[in-house]
Amino acid sequence: MKSFANVNARDVKDAVNKLREPNAVVVGGGSDLLGMVKDHLVQPDVLVNLKTIRGLDQIAAKGPEIHIGGQITLDTLSHNSMIRGDYTVLAEAAESVATPQIRNAGTLAGNVCQRPWCWYYRNNFPCFKNGGSKCFSITGENQFHAIFGGGPSFIVHPSDTAPALVALDAKFRVAGPSGERTLAAADFFALPKVNAARENVLGKDEILVSVSLPKTAKGTRSTYHKVLDREAWTHAVVSAAMVLEMDQQVCKRARIVLGGVAPIPWRLQKVEAILAGQQITPELAAKAGEAAVEGANPLAKNRYKVPLTRNLVRRTLLEMVA
Amino acid sequence: MSKISRRTFFEGTGAGIVAGAVPLRGQQAPAPAPRNTIQITVNGVAHKLEVEDRWTLVEVLRDHLGLTGSKIGCDRGECGACTVLLDGKSVYSCSQLAVWMNGRSIETVEGLSANGRLDPLQEAFIQHDGPQCGFCTSGQLMSAKALLHRNSHPTAEEVRAGMTGNICRCSNYNRYVESVLAAAGTLSADAGGRKA
Ligand SMILES: Cc1cc2nc3c(=O)[nH]c(=O)nc-3n(C[C@H](O)[C@H](O)[C@H](O)COP(=O)(O)OP(=O)(O)OC[C@H]3O[C@@H](n4cnc5c(N)ncnc54)[C@H](O)[C@@H]3O)c2cc1C
Ligand code: FES
Ligand code: FES
Repeated sequence: MKSFANVNARDVKDAVNKLREPNAVVVGGGSDLLGMVKDHLVQPDVLVNLKTIRGLDQIAAKGPEIHIGGQITLDTLSHNSMIRGDYTVLAEAAESVATPQIRNAGTLAGNVCQRPWCWYYRNNFPCFKNGGSKCFSITGENQFHAIFGGGPSFIVHPSDTAPALVALDAKFRVAGPSGERTLAAADFFALPKVNAARENVLGKDEILVSVSLPKTAKGTRSTYHKVLDREAWTHAVVSAAMVLEMDQQVCKRARIVLGGVAPIPWRLQKVEAILAGQQITPELAAKAGEAAVEGANPLAKNRYKVPLTRNLVRRTLLEMVA
Repeated sequence: MSKISRRTFFEGTGAGIVAGAVPLRGQQAPAPAPRNTIQITVNGVAHKLEVEDRWTLVEVLRDHLGLTGSKIGCDRGECGACTVLLDGKSVYSCSQLAVWMNGRSIETVEGLSANGRLDPLQEAFIQHDGPQCGFCTSGQLMSAKALLHRNSHPTAEEVRAGMTGNICRCSNYNRYVESVLAAAGTLSADAGGRKA
């Protein structure tokens, strides 16, 4: 690997200060970043290690909210009884990531901020993500690329926890040189038409510190369903994060967010409106599935994602009320 | 010790070449790679080491502590051949920097046997023909060890899930699952037992 200095952050402020050194990048578990350094996708002179910030790997209830430090590992997160019970979709999403070894090392913040796994980007093609001005997937091998929200880059957002966090209406705490700001999870992610080089609104010298989850309403149930091209170990081809607030048989409110289909976690507000105040019958679930793929814009080799998405939405809804 | 291994021989000549090299005119000698001292416990033995910040844990284990049981397959967190236990949990040692290990405890495949006796998992791997070429075996053993730490009586399904992070290019997955179930005492004819 290229030589660099590892510097251990004492606290969030210290991390942000250290990140201002020339060519510094931030690292959590390193499960993604070290591979990118080895592959010359990132060539840092300084690695700012966040794992040494005390207390940033904890889950704590603060008033009605749950605060989750960004340095919590995916394994610890997915086994936490409060998360499993009240925020099942997040526990299931964390548990669906990769392999036990990656979940033992990978952090929640790193999972949300991981770079795309498009094979052109990862193989050093001069695409938007590598500082170029072209997306090679448009005329190339695009079977795993976006069917929604693409252009000029057609990557899909790779994080499993991101759709779950948007579905739960989480808030993200971000720290930078001028202090801290809090934004809704949905506002953290940015489409390529906003910035084709990046996937979110983080500035170069900003870090994701923690996320907070609102109290869940009575009758809330949630789940994460992930479709893979093999049985384990890999990113979603399509995934669905669903949070339903139920009153007996009636769905009072729904939040549904897809992974694997767009450059950001893809929220289905139209589907949510169809479900609100209704009993989820097989007919309604089918209608929801149809609405989920309205406006889909597949490329030459990823048309299969359209029926896959339609059926995933329909099936997941029916399983949730079965 | 005066024993010269192939490795120390090459390391020795390497140092000589570097010391004797003269930077070309107009070129600067590259800045030395940043280093730090760490204290780690490996298989119960405490070590104090000076490491380059860029060295991975598996490089330190293999090249500096002589523990070559952990293998480097992909060096990218994809194959599992480098799996070790970090404070009891399985991690890819190719995807951890050695400098991050300061104060931590690591267990490698070399630490499985005690007092000349193999770990029950190792016995079961032999009994059930787990290893074929054997390259992935140490990683499979460490994943199995981590799994049994957490769940001492897993089902076949749980073993498969627990070992998804270890690829076997000889594709001997069924035997590995069988071995782990046997070591855990949960192997029965209908739960993955081998049929002749
Ligand atoms: C074989 C393999 C399979 C994988 N499968 C999946 C999968 O199925 N699903 C999935 O979601 N992911 C998957 N991943 C991706 C990823 O490694 C993990 O999801 C992991 O959670 C990343 O977390 P980390 O802490 O190790 O990140 P790091 O490697 O430390 O960082 C990842 C990126 O985020 C940046 N970053 C880290 N922390 C912060 C922060 N606090 N603020 C701002 N930026 C930050 C880093 O600079 C880097 O660019 C896979 C990776 C591999 C190698
Ligand atoms: S060598 Fe570490 S996972 Fe392959
Ligand atoms: S035994 Fe050969 S790779 Fe697994």
